Amino acid sequence: MDSSGLDSSGLGVRRAVGFVAPALVLIGVFLVFPALWTLYIGITNYQLTGPAAANPRVVGLDNVVNAVRDPLFTNSVWLTALFVLGSAVIGQNVLGFGLAWLLRTVRPVLRRTVEGLVLLSWILPGTVVAYLWFAVLSRDTGTLGMLLGSPRTAWLVQYPMTSLIIFNVWRGTAFSMLLYTSALAAVPPSQLETARLAGASGWQTVRDVVFPHIRGHVLTNTLLISLWTANDFTPFLLTAGGPNHRSEVLPVLIYRQALESGQLGYASAMSMLLLVGNLVIALVYLRLLRRRA
Amino acid sequence: MRRTTTFGLLAVCGLLAGCLGQTQQGDQARNADAKEITLTIVANAAAGGKNARGANWLQNWVIPKFTEQQKAKGVTATIKFEQNGAGDEDFKTKVALDLKTGGGGDIIEIDGIWLGEFAQAGQIKPLGDVVGNTDWDGWTQIPKAVQGLGEFDGKRYGVPMGTDGRVLFFNKKLFSQAGLPADWQPRSWQDVLDAGARLKALPGVTPIQLNAGTAMGEATTMQGVLPALAGTGKPVYENGKWQGDSAQLKDVLGLYQKIYGGGLGDPVLQQEAKGRDRSFQLFSDNKIGILLESDYFWRSVTEPRNGVAKMADRDTTLGWALVPARQAGAGVGGQDFVSMSGGGVRVINPNTKYPRQAWEFMQFLNSAEAVKESLAGTAQLTQRQDVNDQVLKGDPMLTFIAEKVLPITRYRPGLADYPKVSAALQQATADVVAGKSPDDAARAYRDALVKAVGETNVG
Repeated sequence: MDSSGLDSSGLGVRRAVGFVAPALVLIGVFLVFPALWTLYIGITNYQLTGPAAANPRVVGLDNVVNAVRDPLFTNSVWLTALFVLGSAVIGQNVLGFGLAWLLRTVRPVLRRTVEGLVLLSWILPGTVVAYLWFAVLSRDTGTLGMLLGSPRTAWLVQYPMTSLIIFNVWRGTAFSMLLYTSALAAVPPSQLETARLAGASGWQTVRDVVFPHIRGHVLTNTLLISLWTANDFTPFLLTAGGPNHRSEVLPVLIYRQALESGQLGYASAMSMLLLVGNLVIALVYLRLLRRRA
Repeated sequence: MRRTTTFGLLAVCGLLAGCLGQTQQGDQARNADAKEITLTIVANAAAGGKNARGANWLQNWVIPKFTEQQKAKGVTATIKFEQNGAGDEDFKTKVALDLKTGGGGDIIEIDGIWLGEFAQAGQIKPLGDVVGNTDWDGWTQIPKAVQGLGEFDGKRYGVPMGTDGRVLFFNKKLFSQAGLPADWQPRSWQDVLDAGARLKALPGVTPIQLNAGTAMGEATTMQGVLPALAGTGKPVYENGKWQGDSAQLKDVLGLYQKIYGGGLGDPVLQQEAKGRDRSFQLFSDNKIGILLESDYFWRSVTEPRNGVAKMADRDTTLGWALVPARQAGAGVGGQDFVSMSGGGVRVINPNTKYPRQAWEFMQFLNSAEAVKESLAGTAQLTQRQDVNDQVLKGDPMLTFIAEKVLPITRYRPGLADYPKVSAALQQATADVVAGKSPDDAARAYRDALVKAVGETNVG
């Protein structure tokens, strides 16, 4: 192997391999192997208990075919799409940008306070946050019910998806806000000033001056938060997929199929479909990014 | 390089693939003479929480006593108690994962109905295969029907921990306010619904709690669908077939519709993540009129000292009545009244390091002295006849269970498919509570059942 032209660091192949080997081993053990393992289990009828736990059989693509035909799965795909669209693509994006845009001009003390509060909701552990929201939305003595003076509404049961979407907007806005804050700093002040002198309204400024500068940031941000939201398991802590599957997004469905119903094979096939879905979303975003360039 | 890595990983995958489902086997007499042993007992019990009494017993009586006994024999025994306070389904998942990966405690307390699944998965083994000789004078004290809880496919897997029976509990205070008798005994479903209609007039009171939906898990099946089905005369499993969308099942779903569509029950409560615990609390707060439960409700829920939803005036306020069939004589075997029973089983982990000592510990746990001690002065239908003869006398509720309920009760089919059928039944009630018609829910149930157990096994 001739490496003279490529080897800019002068390490040589052997040492270069030595340097990346630990990382490769970690990636192999914790990422590649589990992924391949999931693919393998996905083509068997492996179960947690019962005869198929002792002697699993390879069933080929049956699991995938069954999943696509399973009304629970289609319901779940639809709910996941709603969850991603409502809480990430629209909710966190718009609110995150809005906060970043508004906080640009306010006094630093106020800005830091607001940023701190928004960040707090992002850095708290999921179980703590879920418990707090449970207390707010509970039917009996929930804070929200008390505030509204209608303590008999079980928000998580009667409006499960709306509750989850609002929850996730609250939870994840911080990231978008941070990203847009730094993106906005890259917009040349002279252009904003020119727009102001030309009499552009706030919306016109955002659309025609700011947006062209941060288009790449918007796409990157949307890609990241979409994927995070699609894989988010916190809904399980709030509604456990209920009532009657009305908030069963894909990660929750997969968990319940795998560990509650014990259908490890079937659930692995669903995981694979979720992975494929994520890849498709990622590809679409990457294409959009490339077109920009 | 990259290609080699990929091939390497694929090869590893291929090797490991052969390991799916593999379990270990060992010599029954291994470490039988060890002078230093460690045994762990796992139960869904926690001090100050779920099944607190069982937890206290293990922690404060069993462990010191057994350790002392072993010391006298020159063996240093370390007994650990792994506490859990989870929902039954979550606990089952945990035990299954433990056993699957070759871990878990040495003695595990499980629900008798999981026995078939674990056994078929090879995660637990017949007692004799694990510990060798299983001779024990205690067997003669455990009635045959109760021993059956610890058996699967004609083989003994574990030692049962007692049994229970199901009745309708009612709140006598609310009953007197609604002008209903304190010695209430309904003779048909209609009688129950009529009483519910009277209770409905009381402000802030939910007349009937009949467990429904998937959030309650097995509690929906055991304290809802199965007693109701038994009341239609057709058990869920009969002549090798599971009951499909039969007229009887539609009757049961119709009963659910009358309760939850007719304002006699609280549909939202059935769908809440912690609905069952809440229903207990509501009952002891005098907010629920009638509730179907096992004697567990008397022993551990409303029990004034240690219950999870204590009722200070339990002895005077809590009434109970037999669960009526749809109408007199319509129940299984032509019975007027019905019940379902279950119970826990202790099994020994096939992967235990000390099988003989685990069996010795098991015998200790099930000795008359230990069983009696476990009751801590209260009463319960234990596995042992000699203990029952002594302790049930003073307790009116459990005497009622022993004398009136156990003779008419039925057990669930101990088959590995049962949990899937149970889940489908739970879903059917969830559909009805959510507003589906009984016919539609029954049809969806049949489809789910066929998918779960195969067309040929559905009657």
